[in-house]
Amino acid sequence: LLQVRTADSPHPRFDLNNDASLVIDIPDALCERDKVKFTVHTKTTLSSFQKPEYSVQRQHEDFIWLHDTIVETEEYAGLIIPPAPPKPDFEGPREKMHKLGEGESSMTKEEYAKMKQELEKTVQVHEVFLQRLSSHPMFRKDRNFQIFLEYDQDLTVRRKNAKEMFGGFFKNMVKSADEVLISGVKEVDEFFEQEKNFLLDYSSKIKDATAKAEKMTRSHKNVADDYNHISGALNNTAADNNTAFKKHLEKCAEVFEKLRKVEDRMASDQELKLTELLRYYTRDIQAAKDLLYRRARALADYENSNKALDKARLKGKDVAQAEENQKQCLQKFDKLSESGKKELTSFKARRVVAFRKNLIEMTELEIKHAKVRRLKCYVYHYMFIRQCSGILI
Amino acid sequence: MAASSERSPPPFPDSEEPELLEDSDEGADAFTGTSISEMDSPSPDSTKPPKDIFNEPLEDIFSDPLSNINSEPQKKVDTKIPSPSSDEAVDLFSDPLDDDSEVVSSPEVQNPMPDLLNEPVQAPKSDVLGEPPVHKNAARQQDIFEDPPKGSSKSSSVKKAASAELFSDEDEEDLFKELPKVVTKKPQPSGPPVDVFTEVKSDVKVKPQVKDDPTDLFAEEALTAPAPKPSASSSSSRTNGVHSEEHDLFSEATVELSLDSPRNDRKKKDAVKPSVSAPVAPVASSSSKAPSKTLEELEEEESEDTFDLNISVTNPEKVGDGMNAYMAYKVSTQTSLTMFRSKTFTVRRRFSDFLGLYEKLSEKHLQNGYIVPPPPEKSILGMTKVKVGKEDPSSAEFVERRRAALERYLQRVVSHPSLLQDPDVREFLEKEELPRAVSTQALSGAGFLKMLNKATDAVSKMTIKMNEQDVWFDEKIQDVENEEQHMRKLHVMVESLVNHRKELSGNTAVFAKSVAMLGSSEDNTALSRALSQLAEVEDRIEQLHQEQAANDFFTFSELLADYIRLLGAVKGCFDQRMKAWQRWQDAENMLQKKREVEAKLLWANKPDKLQQAKDEIAEWEAKVTQYEREFERISATVRKEVIRFDKEKARDFKRQIIKYLESLLNSQQQLIKYWEAFLPEAKAIA
Repeated sequence: LLQVRTADSPHPRFDLNNDASLVIDIPDALCERDKVKFTVHTKTTLSSFQKPEYSVQRQHEDFIWLHDTIVETEEYAGLIIPPAPPKPDFEGPREKMHKLGEGESSMTKEEYAKMKQELEKTVQVHEVFLQRLSSHPMFRKDRNFQIFLEYDQDLTVRRKNAKEMFGGFFKNMVKSADEVLISGVKEVDEFFEQEKNFLLDYSSKIKDATAKAEKMTRSHKNVADDYNHISGALNNTAADNNTAFKKHLEKCAEVFEKLRKVEDRMASDQELKLTELLRYYTRDIQAAKDLLYRRARALADYENSNKALDKARLKGKDVAQAEENQKQCLQKFDKLSESGKKELTSFKARRVVAFRKNLIEMTELEIKHAKVRRLKCYVYHYMFIRQCSGILI
Repeated sequence: MAASSERSPPPFPDSEEPELLEDSDEGADAFTGTSISEMDSPSPDSTKPPKDIFNEPLEDIFSDPLSNINSEPQKKVDTKIPSPSSDEAVDLFSDPLDDDSEVVSSPEVQNPMPDLLNEPVQAPKSDVLGEPPVHKNAARQQDIFEDPPKGSSKSSSVKKAASAELFSDEDEEDLFKELPKVVTKKPQPSGPPVDVFTEVKSDVKVKPQVKDDPTDLFAEEALTAPAPKPSASSSSSRTNGVHSEEHDLFSEATVELSLDSPRNDRKKKDAVKPSVSAPVAPVASSSSKAPSKTLEELEEEESEDTFDLNISVTNPEKVGDGMNAYMAYKVSTQTSLTMFRSKTFTVRRRFSDFLGLYEKLSEKHLQNGYIVPPPPEKSILGMTKVKVGKEDPSSAEFVERRRAALERYLQRVVSHPSLLQDPDVREFLEKEELPRAVSTQALSGAGFLKMLNKATDAVSKMTIKMNEQDVWFDEKIQDVENEEQHMRKLHVMVESLVNHRKELSGNTAVFAKSVAMLGSSEDNTALSRALSQLAEVEDRIEQLHQEQAANDFFTFSELLADYIRLLGAVKGCFDQRMKAWQRWQDAENMLQKKREVEAKLLWANKPDKLQQAKDEIAEWEAKVTQYEREFERISATVRKEVIRFDKEKARDFKRQIIKYLESLLNSQQQLIKYWEAFLPEAKAIA
């Protein structure tokens, strides 16, 4: 139905400093009804891959599968797992367009444009997910990831059924209940204590900011839509008019049409540079929080094993087993703490870089759009003034 | 159907776009440059302050151009032909603009400008050489110019009349004539045309118009002034007057353009200049009116007087307390018209006085077919809020909205040549104490009366089935009906824009707060700082949105609301005409009956009553003739009124659109400033 090429995507890419040994991108995507097929293109010099280049088709569910397998891998417990891309949502814009239902042909064009924009955004988040994996020294070696990239057939990932979906939901419930419990566990490490407080605070703030940014962007789009309607109404008025007034109406309709274009563009750039950034980091911070949760879980386990060991020693029973258990728990906890510290530090750096990049890009675009609008206003202003002196009618 | 689309190249090629935009910035410099050069040009008025020109206008302003132009009077007719070139220029302008729509996504942004600037240079030249006009407008053009050649061979007054007719019918068309003259006649004083246009390149904004206008003025002089004597300018005042209205119009517009740059002041000076010469016109014209002038021309003449009358409604003030409180407004008038006792005067009026004025005017003039501008509606809700005395923004907004509406209302009243002559209008503007407007005193009195009137009107409208003989009216009535519908729809949409913009403003404010909070949580110092700066920028942008929403409302939405009301008044005129027709038809029927009576009497041979019947017939014949004449008169008046209304409307919209564009320009300017200030902050994140 709709295909998007991302070769020269105008959208923000999170700079992930890929080295050239494993480069992944999604050059295009095809949207059919509710399914989106992404073409995942891989170029590599790594010896673990059989060929230097791959191009496979993947669906959103395949990405989710990949994410889930990674989350479930014990080995990665100490890492911030790149957040899964959100499910593409095309029903929203499509329905909205139907509701508006004005002038079939023009609206389908509008719809097409909005769909395209939506699809571009979807492609972007999916791409970023893969790039995050490929740029990470651990994840890039993941077996499932390699399968995902290499296997030239349909992965035929089993879709989650209702029970599993519910299970997932339940798991989340337990997790958040656990989280409360765990936040009661006394933190032994200053760094993590700080990090925990920071992330909890930041997460709620960024969630709020995201919601507010979304609202703001939506208002922008409303304004752009109004421009569009005004332009249409002016044209209608002009069509029924045959005095000198007609020209003014037409020109005025043009003004609003141009304003709409810029406003639209601005709204979507704001959405891409600002709202998407905030959205992404809302998810990424959740991923970081998940890491803290896993570490806190390990800490709780270690403390429990300590208690068990004390108990065992007191009773003089199964001491060796308890000791072994306690040692393992400590090991696991230490390992998690160590890699967690590294991950969180790099997360911070990554966040700052991404914010910097996006804010600069957004600002530059804002300036650019404002300049385009200013120029347009100048030109039209000039034209109307000329009309007044009678040269242009 | 698999529609495949390449992702377009980056919509804003970094390398090219800024350059283009930089260009428009440089315009500022170029502008001051040209202004200086203009001052060096021989137009004498440019170096003098406006007041001087006013005081000694004849020698200073007109003598020079006149001597220039009269040395080659034959050119007059010839030079008109290339006027389609101006049309071409139009096309050149609009075409690049269409390309311009691609500015967003195409790297060829630079093209429109050079195109639009280079080609006009060639077009006029080639046309001047006598190329036949091949434009679609050519036919119309020729129609218009049928008269002037005639005129040029006869006396100037005849020619004046001819052009006057042109003005009254095709007001806008006559404007065409100006460009060619600019190009062909004024090469010496204003430099070669090439210069004019190359300068355009550096400053697309306002400058060229400034340059052209003085030329227009003089060229116009030349067209109608036969003698090289300074006094000749007076005989040309007719056309001049009409144009000075135009000048006035844009001078107002330019004056209002206030970007924060120094060139503005200069621009103001330039813009004011052409309009200053205008006051001369009406004074002079009285001495040299051609006897052949028609009523219509006289009407036109009168309308010239209106431009030098500035009315402002200011200082709304609450008088009294509680439910008896009312708002009083300061109505200040500034004029040089001799019909007023002084040049500036101020009175205080309350809202019901404005309504009273309307009642008086409509009572007198509506029946003649005049479009009496309607005042803003009473608003019990809004006024109650004000009365209760809550100092909330909505009541402040209400007061400001009403103040502006009253000002526009008065301006419309005085810009109507016949209404301005009305003693009630003068009294309203001048008299210190006005008797209380009784009919509107009771809160619902006027509204009730109006409702009653409307109801009877509606009934009579339904019963009267007028078979329209006049095609013009037939079409116009339909047009007005349609236009009103369209305006209503448009108004709804603009209201929606206002609301959405307010919403945007609110959401931006909320976002700003949220970002500030995020910034306070951020542990990277530079990023934290940048976020709080971003919050500040968003806060300022919120202000901009708010201001723009006010602009949407006051310059656009209110304009539409005004015109919806005015179109209602136009419809009222049509109804008056229909009533006159009905009266005529009724009289016609009555006459018919009387004739039948006479025939019966004749047949019945009753000579005693025959004389009475004959008398009655004569009476009704006289009535029929009178009513028919009245109908014809009201038809003529309504027609003229509607034409005038259309002109005013076009002008009004133009002016408002320009104002609106200026407000947009301003806010873009601010926006650019804010974001440019933020950019280094974003770059400082590390």
